[in-house]
Amino acid sequence: MLRFNDKGIYCEQADVYIDPWGQVDRAIITHAHSDHARWGSRHYLAHHYSVPVMRWRLGPDIKVQGIGYNEEVTINGVKISLHPAGHIIGSAQVRLEYQGEVWVVSGDYKLQNDHLATPFEPVRCQHFITESTFGLPVYRFPAVEVVQGEINDWCARNTAAGKTSVIIGYALGKAQHILYGLDKSIAPIYAHGAVVNMNRTLEQSGFDFSYAKPLDYSLSKKDLQGCIVIAPPSAVGTPWLRRFDPYSIGICSGWMQLRGARRRRGVDRGFVMSDHCDWQQLNTAVKLTGAENVYVTHGYKSIYAKWLRDEMHLNATEVDTLYEGESIEGDKEEAAAENTEAGIAPPDTSTAQSDISSPENGDA
Amino acid sequence: MKAFAELYTAIDQTTKTNAKVDALVEYFAAAPETDVLWCVAMLTGKSPKRTIRSGELKEWSAEMSGLPYWIFDESYHIVGDLAETITLILPPPSSSAGYSLTETIAFLRSLDQYGDEDKKIAIQQHWDEMDTSERFVFNKLMTGSFRVGVSKQLVIKALAKQFKIEEDTVAHRLTGDWSPDTTTLTTLLSAEGDTDSYYRPYPFYLAYQLEQQVDELGDVRDWQIEQKYDGIRGQLLLRRGELFVWSRGEELMTEKFPEFEILKGILPDGTVIDGEVLPYRDGRPLPFHLMQTRIGRKNLTKKSLQEAPLILMCYDLLEYHGEDIRTRPMRERRALLEQVVKDANEIAAVPLLLSPVLDCHTWEEATQARETARDNNCEGLMLKHKDSPYETGRRKGQWWKWKVDPLTVDGVLLYAQRGHGRRANLYTDYTFAIWDGDELVPFTKAYSGLTDKELLQVDNWIKRNTIDKFGPVRSVKAELVFEIAFEGINRSPRHKSGVALRFPRILRWRKDKKKEDANTKDDLMKLIEMQEATR
Repeated sequence: MLRFNDKGIYCEQADVYIDPWGQVDRAIITHAHSDHARWGSRHYLAHHYSVPVMRWRLGPDIKVQGIGYNEEVTINGVKISLHPAGHIIGSAQVRLEYQGEVWVVSGDYKLQNDHLATPFEPVRCQHFITESTFGLPVYRFPAVEVVQGEINDWCARNTAAGKTSVIIGYALGKAQHILYGLDKSIAPIYAHGAVVNMNRTLEQSGFDFSYAKPLDYSLSKKDLQGCIVIAPPSAVGTPWLRRFDPYSIGICSGWMQLRGARRRRGVDRGFVMSDHCDWQQLNTAVKLTGAENVYVTHGYKSIYAKWLRDEMHLNATEVDTLYEGESIEGDKEEAAAENTEAGIAPPDTSTAQSDISSPENGDA
Repeated sequence: MKAFAELYTAIDQTTKTNAKVDALVEYFAAAPETDVLWCVAMLTGKSPKRTIRSGELKEWSAEMSGLPYWIFDESYHIVGDLAETITLILPPPSSSAGYSLTETIAFLRSLDQYGDEDKKIAIQQHWDEMDTSERFVFNKLMTGSFRVGVSKQLVIKALAKQFKIEEDTVAHRLTGDWSPDTTTLTTLLSAEGDTDSYYRPYPFYLAYQLEQQVDELGDVRDWQIEQKYDGIRGQLLLRRGELFVWSRGEELMTEKFPEFEILKGILPDGTVIDGEVLPYRDGRPLPFHLMQTRIGRKNLTKKSLQEAPLILMCYDLLEYHGEDIRTRPMRERRALLEQVVKDANEIAAVPLLLSPVLDCHTWEEATQARETARDNNCEGLMLKHKDSPYETGRRKGQWWKWKVDPLTVDGVLLYAQRGHGRRANLYTDYTFAIWDGDELVPFTKAYSGLTDKELLQVDNWIKRNTIDKFGPVRSVKAELVFEIAFEGINRSPRHKSGVALRFPRILRWRKDKKKEDANTKDDLMKLIEMQEATR
């Protein structure tokens, strides 16, 4: 029922694309990250919670219909519904059924419960499309509570030593995941402009992140001493950080599981916190769908597809897409958002940014 | 082991020197004496020898994780570090045994006596009793790749701080050939231990590459200017009638250099000379690789002795008639050195040469001398302040090395492999090619030299322009051109290109060049011929 073409994942019967990277007539969006929700399609369908974010990122004039989880829409006989993916607020798996054939496009997802995103719900199907960002047995993520504990300990130690804790996480998803787990009694919490913008957008859906204050220019260096700052990856290595001196900087990402990746960042701490599945979660999810046919997208796709074929005896194939998985590099969009606000010269983003959207960036 | 693993993690997580020293001091204060001793031994490069083959470790850890071997192998290629791959792939431990560092090392050294099956059981049991950070250090020890981001200098600093001894004294006591098996912490650090350390060298004084403009160093006449020879830096000791030659890596190499035996009856007792061991014939140094080949041999044949006769190019005198003269100024030590070398040569033809002091009246003259250094198989110049003492370790200010700019060649990226350690998971190890007619032939591998941002870009490009994969290696579209710097070039029948480079590294990414603009084999051959002509 679904096939992969040069614009995305296509359902011919309903004439809809899921997370297209080309401009199409009708697009169903799994979640609002920029590699899945792209600009230029005529009609969008997504979860209610994704709608304000998409309007913020793609423009207020886009035509987008919001629906709830498990709510069914029928297009030309194809029954389409969204189901929680647990990745970020509003993220969904897309279920499509036509004449007894069931497909599920999972987008990005995780089985861990971060208490913000509606927890992942397995959906039975015959055909399952899964990401493989962390599809290697070396990725075994600690429990969410364990990492939150590590972050709080680290912040408390920094504050006690008079240092600011700068925590780096993607502005949509990771930043809120971090904020939610922070012990609010340690120190005042501030957020980078890109994070504040995202928080405000999510607040339209009833979430509350108002405890993370914007970095107002009335704040003196003394006011900021020992506080906690949440910032996106684009802030790393920019002069923007100077105002927090002395500070300690930590990155939250699944990639932090590997020592090499951690050291390459040149930050003080790496916290293994991800909104994607680790190895065990992927295997569990695949089993729970009961699918015989699995299509593996962005990540360690050839290895993971081979694993599913050889060891789990499924019909697994790898598929090229333009999805990116978890990125810890800077994001132009975020940098721009901050720069307009702060009125400083843009940081040097002249390098890898445009090249980063390669099909294989998941394993970069 | 837990405390040691915590120390390792603390050091690994920071780039700040003070934080590292603090972590060391904290460990030294709390750990049992034998653990401290082993810790010091390992952090200064005395890790126990590897006792297990890595193939076995891979197999046993894959087995314990219930994973097929191929996926272990794939993971290893991506992680880029065997010890880490094993650590991450193993199931969580079922208990915590709390072995000490000393016990762990004793266990590893006893493994020789185990049968294969027992070895496997014992190691799997250890894995099952350790948490992630302990496992990682344990695996690092087993794979013989234990390295920590602290210099010997920092270990010395921390020991001095914790045990309230002068840094220089600690440095001296840590030099040379000691082992936790034959000494205790008290003996190692106490003065009594020194009576038996007559075979030990002094800590080496090492220079940094000159950072500023040379004329900012002040009056040229205050500086002693010498060639920077390309050999093995060493100290030659004559004490109690015995001769010792130590390399800069503090390896005792006396037996590799039988040429120096003759000095025994000739140099006065209590002499320590710092110099460069060089292959030397007909009044000039020979290329470094001749000596390298000779040192690699287990048994020295007459032929190899003739092919690469060695001398010591003397730089400095550290001990004179039994007296430590390192604090005296360079000009005084130099005068004494000249005397010692002259006296020895009057008794017999000894393999000791004085490193010539270049007579430069201006920095311009010095700059010219530096440019011709390569003609003498030298790497550049050494600048030593005439008032400088002989310091310990790598220090700035009074000694500088001033290397010649490297030779360069433009090569085309042909193959890429994932890197290790900090570069794991990225394609960072490259093979480059030059033109031989209309064919591109690989001529060198090179690693360092690109910024992290460039690495990311090239990594991305490689993934999108892969032609073929062979295991961990990818062949890529011939397109990107890089400027490769190197220190020397020689003919090599073993390489398809016919040349071998010394110290190749990437200087920069030539985005302005197309593959057609890369150098040719003829260009490199001309370079070799030019070199040979000046010899």
